[in-house]
Amino acid sequence: MSASATNHKTALEGEKSLSPVLELRGLVKRFDDHTVLDGIDLSVRAGEVVVLVGPSGCGKSTLLRCAIGLEKIDGGSILLDGQEVSGRERSQELRSRMGMVFQSYDLFPNMSVLDNVMLAPVLVRGADKAELRQRALALLDRVGLADKADARPATLSGGQQQRVAICRALAMDPEVLLLDEVTAALDPEMVHEVLQVVLELADEGLTMLIVTHEMAFARAIADRVVMLDGGGVVEEGDETFFDAPVTDRAKAFLKTFEFHRDR
Amino acid sequence: MAADFLLQGETISRLLVGLSVTLRISLVSVALSLPMGVLMGVLFTRRNPLLRAVLRVYLEFIRVMPQLVLLFIVFFGSATMLGLNFSGEVASVIVFTAWGSAELGDLVRAAIESIPRSQYDSAYALALSRRQAFLRVILPQAVRRLLPPSVNLVTRIVKTTSLCMLIGVVEVVRVGQQIIDFYRFDYPYGALWTYAALGLLYFAICWPLSLLSRWLEKRSS
Repeated sequence: MSASATNHKTALEGEKSLSPVLELRGLVKRFDDHTVLDGIDLSVRAGEVVVLVGPSGCGKSTLLRCAIGLEKIDGGSILLDGQEVSGRERSQELRSRMGMVFQSYDLFPNMSVLDNVMLAPVLVRGADKAELRQRALALLDRVGLADKADARPATLSGGQQQRVAICRALAMDPEVLLLDEVTAALDPEMVHEVLQVVLELADEGLTMLIVTHEMAFARAIADRVVMLDGGGVVEEGDETFFDAPVTDRAKAFLKTFEFHRDR
Repeated sequence: MAADFLLQGETISRLLVGLSVTLRISLVSVALSLPMGVLMGVLFTRRNPLLRAVLRVYLEFIRVMPQLVLLFIVFFGSATMLGLNFSGEVASVIVFTAWGSAELGDLVRAAIESIPRSQYDSAYALALSRRQAFLRVILPQAVRRLLPPSVNLVTRIVKTTSLCMLIGVVEVVRVGQQIIDFYRFDYPYGALWTYAALGLLYFAICWPLSLLSRWLEKRSS
């Protein structure tokens, strides 16, 4: 693995600031014989937006799934607020302290938009329904969908559904929000409305770890970019990553987003 | 006209008594199949290989056997092999419950497995427990997909109970045959009219069910 200069820099910064909200140490994940993540070190500090990029199949989504406890890990540790999360309640704790939004939004079709947002706080936290209702409506209002509260998810556009999915995750007050290619399944004209919501969340200081293929969005929102490939972190940096990547693999990866015609 | 015997004497009331036997066997079997089928279907979706194997053998056995053979096995077999003398109706209920729960179990399994993996993921990501995710997210969706084929299964059961007359149950078709025999000499074409009447009775039961199934299907899509 190519340890880059930028790697060193962020490590120093990390020591100076508060301890990270989410930290992965030496994370290993295998599927059968295939090692997808081979000792990943990654940390996300409070209020920071970290964007994960990398070629398809490099394990970005797997990393998010491991972080939130949807996948068992084969090595390493996951820390929240500097405390390792382990033991029998590991997955439950990770899942209740973090939120995740998926590519295919996956609202629950058997309940209204409002009930989608309210379900987890009621079931998991035993939240007061009347109070929660106000909060859920406020969340929906923030993404411009208060009027859709009683609608069934199937009647909403993809972009609207994804915004509801974001509200649903936020209703659990996650310490970190994980976004897994939240616009990959959307028609181009809906991408913007969803990313706009995410940008606003970043401005409000929500801690996020984002996997995306939208490079313009990544550049706009990222406090820090981490590129994964071959099971490890290839390169890490701020927005200079996009203009002046250090490693050959990052250069090659970013080239795939450029188009030239020789004439 | 040749069909007036249908309105004579106790013909209609006898047919209705026969129909009540048909419906009793069907309804009791369906009522028993419901919890058993749901349980079987849920167990089927568990990853336990032994459980799956046992259920698979049961399901395939019940499905490849003609219902008539099952009726004979339970009615005559249990009497000769086990010394259990079931009445025809009890034997019928046993067979149709076994059949109904196997079929329903398969429907439940298919309905649960048709719910995309990502629905579990998003439920888990919201910190729901397995139980909460299953009961609040997966099962309600599965039931919606399950309803139309389940109602169809009920109509299949109602129709197939006509076989019960072959183990001596006097259900509606058997009553029809008795009526045919009774009027054989006075009404040479009585059989045709009687079967037409039987057809009408089955239609009156099954058509609303079929409409219900179609309505449920439309509603769930």
